[in-house]
Amino acid sequence: MHRWLIAVCAVGVAACGQSVDEKATPTDYAYQDTLMAQLIDAQPGDIIEIPEGVHAFNRSLSLNVDGVTIRGRGMDKSVLSFKGQIAGAEGLLVTASDFTIEDLAIEDTKGDGLKISDGENIVIRRVRTEWTGGPKTSNGAYGIYPVQTKNVLMEENVAIAAADAGLYIGQSQNVIVRNNRAEFNVAGIEIENTTGADVYGNVAANNTGGILVFNMPNLKTPGARTRVFANEVYENNTKNFGHEGTPVASIPAGSGVVVNSNDDVEIFDNDIRDNKTANVIVSSIFSADYADAAAQDDFDPYPERIFVYENRFDGGGNNPDGLELQALKLAVAGPLGRLPDILWDGYVNPDGGGDPVICVQNDGVQVLNADGPNGNKNAGIADDGVHDCTLERLPAISLTGALAEQM
Amino acid sequence: MRLIAPLLCFLLAACSGERAASPTFYGEAAPYALSDWGMVFTDGNRLVVNDGVTPYDLATPLFSDYALKLRTVWLPGAEAASYDETETFDFPVGSVITKTFYYPTRGNAALVGTPPPLSDKSLSLDAFRLIETRLLVRRAGGWTALPYIWNDEQTDAVLKRTGDIKAITLVRGDDETEFPYIVPNQNQCAACHATNADTKEIQPIGMKARHLNRQSAFSPGFNQLDHWVASGIIAAGNVEKAPANAAWTDKTVPLDARARAYLDINCSHCHNPNGAADTSGLDLEPSARGAALGVCKPPIAAGGGTGGRRVAIAPGAPDASITLFRMETTDPAAMMPELGRALAHKEGVHLIREWISEMEGSCG
Repeated sequence: MHRWLIAVCAVGVAACGQSVDEKATPTDYAYQDTLMAQLIDAQPGDIIEIPEGVHAFNRSLSLNVDGVTIRGRGMDKSVLSFKGQIAGAEGLLVTASDFTIEDLAIEDTKGDGLKISDGENIVIRRVRTEWTGGPKTSNGAYGIYPVQTKNVLMEENVAIAAADAGLYIGQSQNVIVRNNRAEFNVAGIEIENTTGADVYGNVAANNTGGILVFNMPNLKTPGARTRVFANEVYENNTKNFGHEGTPVASIPAGSGVVVNSNDDVEIFDNDIRDNKTANVIVSSIFSADYADAAAQDDFDPYPERIFVYENRFDGGGNNPDGLELQALKLAVAGPLGRLPDILWDGYVNPDGGGDPVICVQNDGVQVLNADGPNGNKNAGIADDGVHDCTLERLPAISLTGALAEQM
Repeated sequence: MRLIAPLLCFLLAACSGERAASPTFYGEAAPYALSDWGMVFTDGNRLVVNDGVTPYDLATPLFSDYALKLRTVWLPGAEAASYDETETFDFPVGSVITKTFYYPTRGNAALVGTPPPLSDKSLSLDAFRLIETRLLVRRAGGWTALPYIWNDEQTDAVLKRTGDIKAITLVRGDDETEFPYIVPNQNQCAACHATNADTKEIQPIGMKARHLNRQSAFSPGFNQLDHWVASGIIAAGNVEKAPANAAWTDKTVPLDARARAYLDINCSHCHNPNGAADTSGLDLEPSARGAALGVCKPPIAAGGGTGGRRVAIAPGAPDASITLFRMETTDPAAMMPELGRALAHKEGVHLIREWISEMEGSCG
């Protein structure tokens, strides 16, 4: 009963009613072999230019050579369309370091759009990943997906309609995610098991959840130290269209910023509004629908030292997703009320050494303790000053090496 | 005509004479024709393994859309590969490994079948159609992967680094399936053969003691590893203590051993503690246990690969197990392995279904 992060959603139903102009399948595969050969022949220092036009691919692309730049003529001009894809789990898979990709679009891949794995010094700039039929469960999982990377800059990208996360960075270190736009994804921007991330200047709107900072069990390293600031996070009310069984399938529609099982997270100077479940959610793995699954013994399920300050909140919390959260809202705020801006599942680390779970320095902003450990029995707004605390501010992320100049 | 015909014969003979010449290592550029390597060649009627080139096979092979495979290894000189109990054998520079993918045929259709006896080291082209031959060449800088595609006349294969798609009609009993057979491009070779995602070095996958430790199909009466030691392919090591994977079809060995051998060869090139799929936290090497093996383990970034299921392996419940879904589906976004098949392996799925069904315990 305490698993209130379970989204009640009809998987397989397109999530929103707006009409979307789905693109026809392009048929010009002439460029496929050309680009494949360029990727195979690439040498460090090469710049591979993608000409203007819609280029069709039916197989995935991959690059294994360090030091390569892939550059198009603009995210609306150089389009790699995978609508006719019959093989490959992503559009472009890069397993290399010192890699830059910019000014192009990757559309309608069967699986992930752009995956970058096991590399350092990565720049992803003005890349658009999109499923042109709008949000659908059958869309690929991730738009832009660096994983196990170090020293990464993701800026001015656009990610639309991913069935998991539009912009996802996992198991990585030293990351800046700035000035991107993520819309109509299940998760707009997701930072997972990542250490040291600055997430700022982004727009996350019309997703199921706007910006997620998560830790998942059974991975080599947990993440910590993410700063989420100066973003616009609004109207993330799209019905959850994720695949059942995926971690994001447990995100209720109407979630602004969600912190799950992650530590040392700062949320400040954001405009967060009209997210109908809650503008900010802080939760432990116990509130996710994978809570009873296997986890390694040393996994820390508790969010700790989450600092929320000086954000501008407006609206939201008025129509939470799912029966359990609806009941919670009724009990706490009545039929016409709204949940407070910050929703917390109430799990506290018994071995936490007294560190605060959530500190709030944000005028008039309240925290609802949902009392998850007791099945929401004593859910209520904390008024004992327990969240009236401050935490030492995290240092800004500095990119290193050649990426330092990009700062 | 009468004049031309003998001349043509002479030219062809000259050509095939060249083909049958010694196996050759190319340290830099790759020749366009497979025959230039001198590892395997056709004489018009048969695919022939050249003299000095050793065919071999594996206890349990990777599934590749029911293609049969003829594998060979050739070492350039007296130096042998070093033996290792668990890791890939270390081959000297100049070594060449080939794998030829072929199907039994009936008319234009390909058949699901079993490998013919190849004791004379050749394959009749009356009954079989060659699709592609993949080379792994050990150069000074490491292994290079090269895909060669056989021509329709079956006289030679040519290098096609960008891979290809071949429409194949596969017949099994009354069932006929047309599917796109994908020849991977050169970069995609690394998706499986870069078994360590940190070093990204390309490695052979089958060249491990546990895959090779079996009775030789080509030198009857000999264990394959013993035969390799005797013929100088591997240096003498502790071969008698070599681990042995089961043959996945051998019902005389326990189900668990067959299932683990199958998962090992089909999955662990990525799903190992340092592999490309360590991002998932799932390890399918023979030593993995518990959540690492997938038991009650939730997915990390599976997307549609979950099939709506919650854990990789739900003991006793194959239809609640993501592992089985990913083997059964042919959706490129969800299937495992990600590359190398367009069809589901019915028999492999059956094996893993049985294995999960008999597994004890429960999740949560």
